Amino acid sequence: MARVPLQFTVNGREQAEFIEPGAMLVDVIRDKLGLTATKNGCSQGTCGACTVLVDGELRLSCLTPAQRVEGRLVETLEGLAASGEMHPLQRAFSEGFAVQCGFCTSGMILAAKWLLDRNPSPTRADVIDAISGNICRCTGYQSIVEAILSAAAEMRGEKAVS
Amino acid sequence: MPLSVVRPDSVKAAAVALAADGAAQFLGGGTLLVRAHNSGNLLIGALVLCDGLGLGGIRFAGGRAKIGAAATMAAILAEPRLSFLHPVAREIGGPAVRAMATVGGNLFARAPFGDIAVALLALGADVAVEDAKTSETVDLEPFLKDRRKPGRIVTGVSFALPPEDAFRFVKVTRKRPHGASVLAIAAMLPLEGGKVKGARVAYGAMAPTAIRAPVVEKVLEGNALDAAAIEKAVEVAGEGTEPSSDPYASAWYRSSVLPVHLARLLRGS
Repeated sequence: MARVPLQFTVNGREQAEFIEPGAMLVDVIRDKLGLTATKNGCSQGTCGACTVLVDGELRLSCLTPAQRVEGRLVETLEGLAASGEMHPLQRAFSEGFAVQCGFCTSGMILAAKWLLDRNPSPTRADVIDAISGNICRCTGYQSIVEAILSAAAEMRGEKAVS
Repeated sequence: MPLSVVRPDSVKAAAVALAADGAAQFLGGGTLLVRAHNSGNLLIGALVLCDGLGLGGIRFAGGRAKIGAAATMAAILAEPRLSFLHPVAREIGGPAVRAMATVGGNLFARAPFGDIAVALLALGADVAVEDAKTSETVDLEPFLKDRRKPGRIVTGVSFALPPEDAFRFVKVTRKRPHGASVLAIAAMLPLEGGKVKGARVAYGAMAPTAIRAPVVEKVLEGNALDAAAIEKAVEVAGEGTEPSSDPYASAWYRSSVLPVHLARLLRGS
């Protein structure tokens, strides 16, 4: 089947690619654009490792045909540190030992960013709900929840940047 | 099978595309259909997108709510006039799933999924459907028995807004805060003069699709929700159910705990 054109914006940069019809967004992001922070864990929408933001809303890129994001704004983990400086969430994950194998980290951080973009002062329950679609098999989640709460405090200016 | 994506410019065009290709499917959020495609459980030749067809709206008129088929669980949660449905929508996956999963798609979910369908069945919802030639409104209950009619598109659901405190919902899961249903129960229990008038009780995960519990409804109808009526309803809780066994629960377990959760729902505890 002939390839089809796709134009969209990823992390602020316009992209134009020819893709296989029916290709999923996760495969285009990883294989065409080389942005490998986004992971394909289960292809079932269950693990959350493929989580990205499309027009600021959470999307499971393994369940999203890439043609569905034609003309839209996609944000992956790589976009958070585009200026070369880590986002407070990335710093909090790194410093708080919220990253072990790292496979879930991209999805976790984007789910957390989605939360903090809407709610700068989340409760622990808010954080747990925000990452409830993201599975981590290493940390036991506590360090991830603490990292998100810590980043939120830093972003509110309540915590010194180390 | 190679997969193509079709972006129709109208519901009619989508219906024509579906009628022309028996391997084409109308795509809502993708949380069920693309999942089935990815796992190889469903051979799909083409995905016909619902994007841009004006099916995502939620409107209110004449005491009724009209929810477009492409409205998501997140859209329900953002609508304060649907607050009685928030406990249902909140139980459906994490935020990413809720931002993608649609009301229309939920009507096609197989047990143990499809919680919104359970709620809509208790609410007495109608389903608006269109094919390449006709459009009609059908009652949700018969729709669920014949839902995979080829070439037919669900465009929305509508229902009368329930009286305050008349709608109740419980979902039992193994995993918190979200998981597939061990079972779900939705009930409309409007009270008139202290007695139930117009009881509707629906179950999820107690049959291949959402089902009503007509024997329970009959027991409750015209009675106060007191201990005696609840005891009688609980005795007939399992009538007409045919639960399956899956990784979440066995059929035996579902049947065993249904009366417990029905009693709690009716007691409001």
